[in-house]
Amino acid sequence: MFNYNFRWNQALNSLPQMLEGALVTMEIAILSMVIGISIAVALTVFRLSGNRMLKAVATTWVEIARNTPALFQIYMVHFGLGSFGIHLSPYMSLLVGIAFNNAGYLSENFRGALKAIPDTQTRAARSLGMSAGQAFTSVVMPQMFRISFLPMTNQMVWAILMTSLGAVVAMNTDLYGVTSDLNARSFRTFELFAIAAVIFYLITKAITLSARLLAARLFRY
Amino acid sequence: MFDTALTANDLMFLAKGAGMTLIVTAISVVFGTILGIIFGVIRYQVGPWWAAPLTFVLDIFRSIPLLIQLVLANAFVTMVLGIRISGFAVACGVLSLYTAAYCAEIVRGGIEAVPQTLRRAARSLGMTWGQDMRNIVLPLATRVALPSWIGLALGVMKDSALVYIVQVVELLKSTQILITRLQEPLFLLLICGLFYFLISFPVARFGGYLEKRWSND
Repeated sequence: MFNYNFRWNQALNSLPQMLEGALVTMEIAILSMVIGISIAVALTVFRLSGNRMLKAVATTWVEIARNTPALFQIYMVHFGLGSFGIHLSPYMSLLVGIAFNNAGYLSENFRGALKAIPDTQTRAARSLGMSAGQAFTSVVMPQMFRISFLPMTNQMVWAILMTSLGAVVAMNTDLYGVTSDLNARSFRTFELFAIAAVIFYLITKAITLSARLLAARLFRY
Repeated sequence: MFDTALTANDLMFLAKGAGMTLIVTAISVVFGTILGIIFGVIRYQVGPWWAAPLTFVLDIFRSIPLLIQLVLANAFVTMVLGIRISGFAVACGVLSLYTAAYCAEIVRGGIEAVPQTLRRAARSLGMTWGQDMRNIVLPLATRVALPSWIGLALGVMKDSALVYIVQVVELLKSTQILITRLQEPLFLLLICGLFYFLISFPVARFGGYLEKRWSND
Protein backbone atom coordinates (compact mmCIF):
# COMPACT_ATOMS: atom_id res chain seq x y z
CA MET A 1 0.00 0.00 0.00
CA PHE A 2 1.13 3.54 -0.79
CA ASN A 3 4.09 2.57 -2.91
CA TYR A 4 2.72 4.78 -5.63
CA ASN A 5 4.94 7.63 -6.77
CA PHE A 6 2.96 10.76 -7.41
CA ARG A 7 4.44 12.71 -10.27
CA TRP A 8 2.56 15.94 -10.12
CA ASN A 9 5.22 17.86 -12.03
CA GLN A 10 4.86 15.71 -15.07
CA ALA A 11 1.10 16.14 -15.02
CA LEU A 12 1.30 19.85 -14.30
CA ASN A 13 3.53 20.31 -17.34
CA SER A 14 0.52 19.55 -19.50
CA LEU A 15 -1.63 22.13 -17.74
CA PRO A 16 -1.56 24.59 -20.70
CA GLN A 17 -2.97 21.90 -23.01
CA MET A 18 -5.66 21.09 -20.48
CA LEU A 19 -6.62 24.72 -20.08
CA GLU A 20 -6.98 24.95 -23.83
CA GLY A 21 -9.28 21.93 -23.58
CA ALA A 22 -11.21 23.74 -20.86
CA LEU A 23 -11.82 26.60 -23.30
CA VAL A 24 -13.27 24.17 -25.84
CA THR A 25 -15.42 22.67 -23.09
CA MET A 26 -16.77 26.11 -22.20
CA GLU A 27 -17.30 26.97 -25.84
CA ILE A 28 -19.38 23.83 -26.38
CA ALA A 29 -21.35 24.41 -23.20
CA ILE A 30 -22.14 28.03 -24.06
CA LEU A 31 -23.07 27.25 -27.67
CA SER A 32 -25.22 24.32 -26.59
CA MET A 33 -26.99 26.56 -24.08
CA VAL A 34 -27.68 29.27 -26.66
CA ILE A 35 -29.03 26.71 -29.14
CA GLY A 36 -30.83 24.84 -26.36
CA ILE A 37 -32.60 27.94 -25.05
CA SER A 38 -33.70 28.99 -28.54
CA ILE A 39 -35.10 25.56 -29.27
CA ALA A 40 -36.65 25.30 -25.81
CA VAL A 41 -38.53 28.56 -26.33
CA ALA A 42 -39.79 27.24 -29.67
CA LEU A 43 -40.82 23.93 -28.08
CA THR A 44 -42.63 25.79 -25.29
CA VAL A 45 -44.54 27.85 -27.85
CA PHE A 46 -45.33 24.64 -29.77
CA ARG A 47 -46.71 23.07 -26.64
CA LEU A 48 -48.91 26.09 -25.97
CA SER A 49 -50.17 26.24 -29.53
CA GLY A 50 -53.39 24.55 -30.57
CA ASN A 51 -51.70 22.75 -33.45
CA ARG A 52 -51.66 19.01 -32.73
CA MET A 53 -48.67 18.24 -34.93
CA LEU A 54 -46.48 20.86 -33.29
CA LYS A 55 -47.62 19.74 -29.85
CA ALA A 56 -46.74 16.13 -30.63
CA VAL A 57 -43.29 17.11 -31.94
CA ALA A 58 -42.54 19.18 -28.84
CA THR A 59 -43.81 16.55 -26.40
CA THR A 60 -41.85 13.78 -28.10
CA TRP A 61 -38.68 15.86 -28.04
CA VAL A 62 -39.05 16.72 -24.36
CA GLU A 63 -39.90 13.18 -23.27
CA ILE A 64 -37.04 11.58 -25.20
CA ALA A 65 -34.55 14.16 -23.96
CA ARG A 66 -35.64 13.68 -20.37
CA ASN A 67 -36.11 9.93 -20.31
CA THR A 68 -32.97 8.60 -21.97
CA PRO A 69 -29.34 9.04 -20.88
CA ALA A 70 -27.45 12.02 -22.32
CA LEU A 71 -24.72 9.58 -23.29
CA PHE A 72 -27.25 7.65 -25.36
CA GLN A 73 -28.40 10.85 -27.07
CA ILE A 74 -24.86 11.83 -28.06
CA TYR A 75 -24.19 8.30 -29.24
CA MET A 76 -27.39 8.38 -31.27
CA VAL A 77 -26.46 11.67 -32.92
CA HIS A 78 -23.05 10.39 -33.87
CA PHE A 79 -23.75 6.80 -34.88
CA GLY A 80 -27.53 6.66 -35.28
CA LEU A 81 -27.74 9.54 -37.74
CA GLY A 82 -25.08 7.82 -39.82
CA SER A 83 -27.79 5.42 -40.96
CA PHE A 84 -29.52 8.36 -42.62
CA GLY A 85 -26.30 9.41 -44.30
CA ILE A 86 -25.69 12.28 -41.89
CA HIS A 87 -22.12 12.10 -40.66
CA LEU A 88 -21.15 14.68 -38.06
CA SER A 89 -17.73 15.38 -36.63
CA PRO A 90 -17.21 14.49 -32.96
CA TYR A 91 -17.39 18.19 -32.09
CA MET A 92 -20.70 18.65 -33.88
CA SER A 93 -22.15 15.41 -32.49
CA LEU A 94 -21.32 16.48 -28.97
CA LEU A 95 -22.72 19.96 -29.51
CA VAL A 96 -25.93 18.69 -31.12
CA GLY A 97 -26.38 15.99 -28.48
CA ILE A 98 -25.98 18.39 -25.55
CA ALA A 99 -28.15 21.03 -27.24
CA PHE A 100 -30.86 18.39 -27.76
CA ASN A 101 -30.69 17.45 -24.08
CA ASN A 102 -30.64 21.09 -22.93
CA ALA A 103 -33.65 21.98 -25.06
CA GLY A 104 -35.71 19.15 -23.54
CA TYR A 105 -34.94 19.98 -19.94
CA LEU A 106 -35.20 23.75 -20.42
CA SER A 107 -38.53 23.48 -22.17
CA GLU A 108 -39.89 21.62 -19.16
CA ASN A 109 -38.51 24.36 -16.89
CA PHE A 110 -40.09 27.04 -19.04
CA ARG A 111 -43.42 25.27 -18.90
CA GLY A 112 -43.24 25.24 -15.12
CA ALA A 113 -42.34 28.93 -15.12
CA LEU A 114 -45.28 29.78 -17.38
CA LYS A 115 -47.66 28.27 -14.85
CA ALA A 116 -46.53 30.90 -12.36
CA ILE A 117 -47.41 33.78 -14.71
CA PRO A 118 -51.07 34.75 -14.38
CA ASP A 119 -53.20 34.41 -17.49
CA THR A 120 -54.67 37.84 -16.84
CA GLN A 121 -51.38 39.46 -17.88
CA THR A 122 -51.66 38.09 -21.39
CA ARG A 123 -55.27 39.23 -21.56
CA ALA A 124 -54.34 42.69 -20.31
CA ALA A 125 -51.56 42.90 -22.88
CA ARG A 126 -53.93 41.82 -25.63
CA SER A 127 -56.55 44.37 -24.63
CA LEU A 128 -53.88 47.06 -24.76
CA GLY A 129 -53.67 46.26 -28.44
CA MET A 130 -50.66 43.94 -28.50
CA SER A 131 -50.71 41.01 -30.87
CA ALA A 132 -50.43 37.50 -29.43
CA GLY A 133 -46.79 37.38 -30.45
CA GLN A 134 -46.04 40.75 -28.90
CA ALA A 135 -47.77 39.78 -25.68
CA PHE A 136 -45.66 36.63 -25.47
CA THR A 137 -42.32 38.18 -26.33
CA SER A 138 -42.59 41.38 -24.33
CA VAL A 139 -44.79 40.43 -21.38
CA VAL A 140 -44.63 36.70 -20.76
CA MET A 141 -41.16 35.74 -21.95
CA PRO A 142 -39.09 38.11 -19.80
CA GLN A 143 -40.86 36.83 -16.71
CA MET A 144 -40.44 33.25 -17.87
CA PHE A 145 -36.68 33.74 -18.12
CA ARG A 146 -36.62 35.42 -14.76
CA ILE A 147 -38.49 32.63 -12.97
CA SER A 148 -36.43 29.91 -14.61
CA PHE A 149 -33.11 31.66 -14.12
CA LEU A 150 -31.92 29.27 -11.43
CA PRO A 151 -32.86 26.11 -13.36
CA MET A 152 -31.10 27.62 -16.37
CA THR A 153 -27.94 28.09 -14.32
CA ASN A 154 -28.17 24.47 -13.22
CA GLN A 155 -28.59 23.39 -16.82
CA MET A 156 -25.49 25.39 -17.76
CA VAL A 157 -23.52 23.50 -15.10
CA TRP A 158 -24.98 20.27 -16.47
CA ALA A 159 -23.89 21.26 -19.97
CA ILE A 160 -20.32 21.72 -18.72
CA LEU A 161 -20.38 18.31 -17.04
CA MET A 162 -21.96 16.70 -20.11
CA THR A 163 -19.09 17.76 -22.37
CA SER A 164 -17.07 14.97 -20.74
CA LEU A 165 -19.39 12.52 -22.52
CA GLY A 166 -17.64 13.44 -25.77
CA ALA A 167 -15.34 10.56 -24.89
CA VAL A 168 -17.87 8.20 -26.42
CA VAL A 169 -17.66 9.83 -29.87
CA ALA A 170 -13.85 10.11 -29.82
CA MET A 171 -13.89 13.82 -29.10
CA ASN A 172 -10.33 14.78 -28.16
CA THR A 173 -10.14 18.54 -27.99
CA ASP A 174 -12.31 19.21 -24.94
CA LEU A 175 -11.01 19.02 -21.38
CA TYR A 176 -11.92 15.37 -20.88
CA GLY A 177 -10.64 14.36 -24.31
CA VAL A 178 -7.32 16.16 -23.85
CA THR A 179 -6.89 14.61 -20.42
CA SER A 180 -7.56 11.08 -21.59
CA ASP A 181 -5.22 11.58 -24.57
CA LEU A 182 -2.47 12.71 -22.20
CA ASN A 183 -3.28 9.75 -20.00
CA ALA A 184 -2.89 7.35 -22.89
CA ARG A 185 0.63 8.69 -23.39
CA SER A 186 1.89 8.99 -19.83
CA PHE A 187 -0.38 6.75 -17.69
CA ARG A 188 -0.38 9.31 -14.86
CA THR A 189 -4.11 8.64 -14.61
CA PHE A 190 -4.70 9.83 -11.08
CA GLU A 191 -2.68 13.04 -11.33
CA LEU A 192 -4.06 14.06 -14.72
CA PHE A 193 -7.68 13.41 -13.89
CA ALA A 194 -7.32 15.06 -10.49
CA ILE A 195 -6.16 18.22 -12.24
CA ALA A 196 -9.04 17.94 -14.72
CA ALA A 197 -11.43 17.52 -11.79
CA VAL A 198 -10.10 20.70 -10.16
CA ILE A 199 -10.51 22.63 -13.43
CA PHE A 200 -14.07 21.35 -13.82
CA TYR A 201 -14.82 22.30 -10.23
CA LEU A 202 -13.48 25.83 -10.74
CA ILE A 203 -15.45 26.28 -13.96
CA THR A 204 -18.73 25.19 -12.38
CA LYS A 205 -18.10 27.38 -9.33
CA ALA A 206 -17.32 30.36 -11.57
CA ILE A 207 -20.59 29.79 -13.41
CA THR A 208 -22.76 29.54 -10.31
CA LEU A 209 -21.05 32.55 -8.75
CA SER A 210 -21.36 34.77 -11.81
CA ALA A 211 -24.96 33.66 -12.26
CA ARG A 212 -25.66 34.70 -8.68
CA LEU A 213 -24.04 38.10 -9.25
CA LEU A 214 -25.91 38.52 -12.51
CA ALA A 215 -29.19 37.61 -10.84
CA ALA A 216 -28.57 40.13 -8.08
CA ARG A 217 -28.02 42.82 -10.72
CA LEU A 218 -30.83 41.85 -13.06
CA PHE A 219 -33.52 41.15 -10.52
CA ARG A 220 -32.94 43.96 -8.07
CA TYR A 221 -36.45 45.28 -7.83
CA MET B 1 -32.78 -0.78 -42.87
CA PHE B 2 -34.52 -3.15 -40.48
CA ASP B 3 -33.53 -6.61 -41.72
CA THR B 4 -31.13 -7.68 -39.07
CA ALA B 5 -28.56 -10.25 -38.12
CA LEU B 6 -29.65 -9.97 -34.51
CA THR B 7 -29.98 -13.40 -32.93
CA ALA B 8 -31.65 -14.58 -29.75
CA ASN B 9 -28.22 -14.83 -28.17
CA ASP B 10 -27.56 -11.17 -28.88
CA LEU B 11 -30.87 -10.29 -27.30
CA MET B 12 -29.86 -12.23 -24.20
CA PHE B 13 -26.63 -10.27 -24.18
CA LEU B 14 -28.59 -7.03 -24.28
CA ALA B 15 -30.91 -8.26 -21.54
CA LYS B 16 -27.87 -9.03 -19.39
CA GLY B 17 -26.64 -5.49 -19.96
CA ALA B 18 -30.05 -4.15 -19.01
CA GLY B 19 -29.96 -6.29 -15.86
CA MET B 20 -26.56 -4.84 -15.00
CA THR B 21 -27.92 -1.30 -15.45
CA LEU B 22 -30.78 -2.10 -13.08
CA ILE B 23 -28.55 -3.78 -10.49
CA VAL B 24 -26.04 -0.92 -10.41
CA THR B 25 -28.91 1.56 -10.18
CA ALA B 26 -30.67 -0.35 -7.39
CA ILE B 27 -27.54 -0.71 -5.26
CA SER B 28 -26.53 2.91 -5.74
CA VAL B 29 -29.98 4.27 -5.04
CA VAL B 30 -30.40 2.19 -1.87
CA PHE B 31 -27.01 3.04 -0.36
CA GLY B 32 -27.09 6.58 -1.72
CA THR B 33 -30.47 7.22 -0.15
CA ILE B 34 -29.42 5.86 3.24
CA LEU B 35 -26.25 7.97 3.18
CA GLY B 36 -28.16 10.93 1.79
CA ILE B 37 -30.69 10.84 4.63
CA ILE B 38 -27.89 10.68 7.19
CA PHE B 39 -25.96 13.54 5.55
CA GLY B 40 -29.12 15.60 5.05
CA VAL B 41 -30.20 15.27 8.67
CA ILE B 42 -26.69 16.09 9.89
CA ARG B 43 -26.50 19.14 7.64
CA TYR B 44 -29.83 20.40 8.91
CA GLN B 45 -29.13 19.57 12.52
CA VAL B 46 -25.68 21.11 13.02
CA GLY B 47 -26.36 24.33 11.13
CA PRO B 48 -24.60 25.79 8.10
CA TRP B 49 -21.32 26.63 9.87
CA TRP B 50 -20.48 23.24 11.26
CA ALA B 51 -21.83 21.47 8.22
CA ALA B 52 -19.58 23.50 5.90
CA PRO B 53 -16.97 20.73 5.41
CA LEU B 54 -19.69 18.18 4.62
CA THR B 55 -21.43 20.63 2.30
CA PHE B 56 -18.14 21.25 0.51
CA VAL B 57 -17.42 17.55 0.00
CA LEU B 58 -20.95 16.80 -1.20
CA ASP B 59 -20.77 19.79 -3.53
CA ILE B 60 -17.67 18.34 -5.17
CA PHE B 61 -19.66 15.31 -6.26
CA ARG B 62 -22.13 17.61 -7.99
CA SER B 63 -19.54 19.83 -9.67
CA ILE B 64 -17.31 17.25 -11.34
CA PRO B 65 -18.38 15.06 -14.26
CA LEU B 66 -19.37 11.58 -13.11
CA LEU B 67 -17.06 10.14 -15.74
CA ILE B 68 -14.06 11.81 -14.10
CA GLN B 69 -15.22 10.72 -10.65
CA LEU B 70 -15.30 7.14 -11.85
CA VAL B 71 -11.87 7.32 -13.51
CA LEU B 72 -10.36 9.02 -10.47
CA ALA B 73 -11.86 6.59 -7.96
CA ASN B 74 -10.76 3.66 -10.06
CA ALA B 75 -7.21 5.02 -10.42
CA PHE B 76 -7.04 5.86 -6.74
CA VAL B 77 -8.16 2.47 -5.49
CA THR B 78 -6.31 0.26 -7.96
CA MET B 79 -3.17 2.29 -8.66
CA VAL B 80 -2.54 4.45 -5.60
CA LEU B 81 -3.83 2.11 -2.91
CA GLY B 82 -3.00 -0.94 -4.96
CA ILE B 83 -6.15 -2.81 -3.98
CA ARG B 84 -7.56 -5.31 -6.46
CA ILE B 85 -11.21 -4.52 -6.76
CA SER B 86 -13.80 -5.07 -9.46
CA GLY B 87 -15.03 -2.23 -11.64
CA PHE B 88 -18.50 -3.11 -10.46
CA ALA B 89 -17.61 -2.26 -6.86
CA VAL B 90 -15.99 1.02 -7.88
CA ALA B 91 -19.04 1.90 -9.98
CA CYS B 92 -21.47 1.16 -7.15
CA GLY B 93 -19.34 3.07 -4.63
CA VAL B 94 -18.99 6.19 -6.74
CA LEU B 95 -22.62 6.17 -7.87
CA SER B 96 -23.78 5.73 -4.25
CA LEU B 97 -21.82 8.78 -3.10
CA TYR B 98 -23.01 10.69 -6.15
CA THR B 99 -26.61 9.79 -5.29
CA ALA B 100 -26.02 10.66 -1.64
CA ALA B 101 -24.76 14.13 -2.58
CA TYR B 102 -28.01 14.92 -4.40
CA CYS B 103 -30.19 13.07 -1.92
CA ALA B 104 -28.78 15.05 1.04
CA GLU B 105 -29.94 18.22 -0.67
CA ILE B 106 -33.43 16.80 -1.22
CA VAL B 107 -33.67 15.57 2.38
CA ARG B 108 -32.55 18.91 3.77
CA GLY B 109 -35.11 20.69 1.58
CA GLY B 110 -37.80 18.31 2.81
CA ILE B 111 -36.96 18.89 6.47
CA GLU B 112 -36.84 22.64 5.96
CA ALA B 113 -40.29 22.54 4.43
CA VAL B 114 -41.77 21.33 7.73
CA PRO B 115 -42.90 24.44 9.64
CA GLN B 116 -40.78 25.17 12.72
CA THR B 117 -43.86 25.89 14.81
CA LEU B 118 -45.17 22.39 14.19
CA ARG B 119 -41.96 20.86 15.47
CA ARG B 120 -41.84 23.11 18.51
CA ALA B 121 -45.41 22.11 19.27
CA ALA B 122 -44.40 18.45 19.04
CA ARG B 123 -41.47 18.96 21.35
CA SER B 124 -43.55 20.90 23.86
CA LEU B 125 -46.05 18.05 23.92
CA GLY B 126 -43.20 16.01 25.36
CA MET B 127 -42.03 14.21 22.24
CA THR B 128 -38.33 13.40 22.08
CA TRP B 129 -36.20 14.51 19.13
CA GLY B 130 -36.52 11.04 17.66
CA GLN B 131 -40.28 10.94 18.05
CA ASP B 132 -40.57 14.37 16.49
CA MET B 133 -38.40 13.23 13.58
CA ARG B 134 -40.36 10.00 13.08
CA ASN B 135 -43.91 11.14 13.63
CA ILE B 136 -43.92 14.76 12.51
CA VAL B 137 -41.03 15.43 10.16
CA LEU B 138 -40.87 12.14 8.29
CA PRO B 139 -44.45 12.08 6.96
CA LEU B 140 -44.48 15.77 6.06
CA ALA B 141 -40.98 15.90 4.58
CA THR B 142 -41.68 12.79 2.50
CA ARG B 143 -44.49 14.61 0.74
CA VAL B 144 -42.12 17.33 -0.36
CA ALA B 145 -39.11 15.14 -1.04
CA LEU B 146 -40.55 12.03 -2.70
CA PRO B 147 -41.22 13.49 -6.17
CA SER B 148 -37.67 14.90 -6.32
CA TRP B 149 -36.31 11.63 -5.02
CA ILE B 150 -38.04 9.75 -7.83
CA GLY B 151 -36.44 12.17 -10.27
CA LEU B 152 -33.08 11.51 -8.65
CA ALA B 153 -33.46 7.73 -8.85
CA LEU B 154 -34.26 8.00 -12.56
CA GLY B 155 -31.34 10.34 -13.02
CA VAL B 156 -29.05 7.78 -11.44
CA MET B 157 -30.38 5.10 -13.77
CA LYS B 158 -29.56 7.28 -16.77
CA ASP B 159 -26.17 8.27 -15.36
CA SER B 160 -25.33 4.61 -14.74
CA ALA B 161 -24.70 4.47 -18.49
CA LEU B 162 -21.30 6.02 -17.67
CA VAL B 163 -19.99 3.09 -15.65
CA TYR B 164 -18.72 1.52 -18.87
CA ILE B 165 -15.54 3.50 -18.16
CA VAL B 166 -14.64 1.12 -15.32
CA GLN B 167 -15.29 -1.98 -17.41
CA VAL B 168 -18.83 -2.66 -16.30
CA VAL B 169 -20.84 -3.92 -19.26
CA GLU B 170 -24.22 -2.29 -18.78
CA LEU B 171 -26.95 -1.74 -21.34
CA LEU B 172 -25.34 1.00 -23.43
CA LYS B 173 -21.96 -0.70 -23.44
CA SER B 174 -23.42 -4.03 -24.51
CA THR B 175 -25.28 -2.19 -27.27
CA GLN B 176 -21.99 -0.64 -28.31
CA ILE B 177 -20.33 -4.06 -28.41
CA LEU B 178 -23.12 -5.44 -30.59
CA ILE B 179 -22.92 -2.40 -32.88
CA THR B 180 -19.25 -3.06 -33.44
CA ARG B 181 -20.08 -6.61 -34.50
CA LEU B 182 -23.37 -6.22 -36.38
CA GLN B 183 -22.87 -2.75 -37.85
CA GLU B 184 -26.50 -1.83 -37.34
CA PRO B 185 -26.22 1.20 -35.11
CA LEU B 186 -29.68 2.68 -35.57
CA PHE B 187 -31.66 -0.47 -34.90
CA LEU B 188 -29.64 -1.50 -31.84
CA LEU B 189 -29.62 2.01 -30.42
CA LEU B 190 -33.39 2.18 -30.78
CA ILE B 191 -33.75 -1.02 -28.72
CA CYS B 192 -31.41 0.40 -26.10
CA GLY B 193 -33.14 3.78 -25.99
CA LEU B 194 -36.54 2.14 -25.83
CA PHE B 195 -35.52 0.19 -22.75
CA TYR B 196 -34.41 3.31 -20.90
CA PHE B 197 -37.52 5.13 -22.04
CA LEU B 198 -39.94 2.38 -21.02
CA ILE B 199 -38.57 2.35 -17.50
CA SER B 200 -38.03 6.05 -17.09
CA PHE B 201 -41.18 7.45 -18.67
CA PRO B 202 -43.89 5.73 -16.56
CA VAL B 203 -41.99 6.31 -13.34
CA ALA B 204 -41.41 9.97 -14.22
CA ARG B 205 -45.12 10.30 -14.98
CA PHE B 206 -45.94 8.73 -11.62
CA GLY B 207 -43.60 11.19 -9.92
CA GLY B 208 -45.31 14.09 -11.68
CA TYR B 209 -48.69 12.73 -10.62
CA LEU B 210 -47.59 12.49 -6.98
CA GLU B 211 -46.20 16.00 -7.11
CA LYS B 212 -49.45 17.37 -8.46
CA ARG B 213 -51.61 15.41 -6.06
CA TRP B 214 -49.63 16.24 -2.99
CA SER B 215 -49.07 19.90 -3.69
CA ASN B 216 -52.61 21.27 -3.91
CA ASP B 217 -53.97 20.73 -0.44
